[in-house]
Amino acid sequence: MELQRQAQRILLPAKVSFIVLTVALALLFNLLPWRNSAGVPDLTAAVLAFWCIHQPRRVGIGVAWTLGLLLDVGNGALLGQHALGYSVLAFLALAVHRRILWFPLWQQALHLLLLLLSTQVLTLVIRIAAGAGFPGWTYFAGSFICAALWPVLSFLLLLPQRRAEMMDENRPI
Amino acid sequence: MEHQPPPFFNRGPAPLVRLSFFVSLAVLLMVLDARFRYAEGVRQVVAFAAYPIQRVAMAPVDLFHGVANYFGSTAALQEENAALKTKALRAAPELLRLEALKEENNQLRRLLEAQERLPGKSVFAEILYAGRDPFSRKVVIDKGSHNGIQAGQPVIDDVGVIGQVTRVYLLMSEVTLLSDKDQAIPLQVQRNGLRAVAYGGAEGGMLDLRFMAANADIRNGDTLVTSGIDGTYPPGLPVATVARIERDAAYAFAKITLAPTAGTERYRQLLVLSGEAKAPPPAEAEQPAQKPSRSKRSRKRE
Repeated sequence: MELQRQAQRILLPAKVSFIVLTVALALLFNLLPWRNSAGVPDLTAAVLAFWCIHQPRRVGIGVAWTLGLLLDVGNGALLGQHALGYSVLAFLALAVHRRILWFPLWQQALHLLLLLLSTQVLTLVIRIAAGAGFPGWTYFAGSFICAALWPVLSFLLLLPQRRAEMMDENRPI
Repeated sequence: MEHQPPPFFNRGPAPLVRLSFFVSLAVLLMVLDARFRYAEGVRQVVAFAAYPIQRVAMAPVDLFHGVANYFGSTAALQEENAALKTKALRAAPELLRLEALKEENNQLRRLLEAQERLPGKSVFAEILYAGRDPFSRKVVIDKGSHNGIQAGQPVIDDVGVIGQVTRVYLLMSEVTLLSDKDQAIPLQVQRNGLRAVAYGGAEGGMLDLRFMAANADIRNGDTLVTSGIDGTYPPGLPVATVARIERDAAYAFAKITLAPTAGTERYRQLLVLSGEAKAPPPAEAEQPAQKPSRSKRSRKRE
């Protein structure tokens, strides 16, 4: 059933400008002046994972690293911490990108949760090794929110690539 | 005959190779940043590139503040105005006396040929946002090296010390709060002049007063002010009050928790101090070059 549904949807090619736009918006979301940053979802990571899964030839580890460096400086964090985390996230996403799209959306979200959590654990280990304290369990809440948002995110980010199921001259969409 | 694969099969280096390249680059940056502080140049450059994005990200909040200000009721403003007038009036005699005392103090210092203290210059700044790094406690303010801010300057609000400038960009700077795990401040109990050092990192934004003897004369509710012996913070600024004291006979030191006086949650306006306190010259280290000559001499004597 799921296979059929996936096979019916032949998507239009993704536009580079749209990828750049979504990544920039996610970056803006991450750089919003939050009062308390503990449970804020890391939307940049989610969008990055999405494009690594859907457009692995366009978005890869290099893009992830650059985005991570930008966030490191913007957040005043240890330089290279997000860069490392996002590189590993992109690698994991590229590793599963052939398989993950065969699953229904909520199972994809579970995959994503695992990817995001492993990235966060890696970051945590690095910071504790560098001398920081444990920030509390709410630190991991962002990953869960991100995973819960995955179906919405997938729908929104694939929207420009969809085409009408029944073409009609009088109806543009 | 060799066949080249068509270009759309060409995918560059394997993912694992790319990953190891970028991971080693990131690890290199982290080591340079955490251990040697060599990465500040890279940080400045990337910060300059990231600044427009950050300004755009702050725009919705600025808009919200603007709208909230616009619709702020005149009644609230009048009330605030009246309160401020009373406060200013109440503070006026103190201020007048302070001027006289300052003059007298300067005169006495001149008489004693002591080093005359320069009047402290201060820079007004506003908090742009609280630090987004969950591992440290920082705020970012809207003044940077362009406005003459330097790393190490103390930052206060109207009731007490907030923290210290730890990193300066061109148009912004990072202030590490007293409650950060790596931040320490030398204090003095106002009541009896007992000196101590407070460290951040306690639960719920509190401070730890470490290495105070279990029988030290310190009570709940005592006010602690900066002692000024570090040469960074000017003496006499209120910092915290004692919130809890646990004296356990099993330990040599009492466990004392302090509640900071100032809070970054309430106001956005801060003052960055400079020039008030002069750092004492660092103690001259013994020149290593002299040691061998001494030993030679001693050997000769032998």
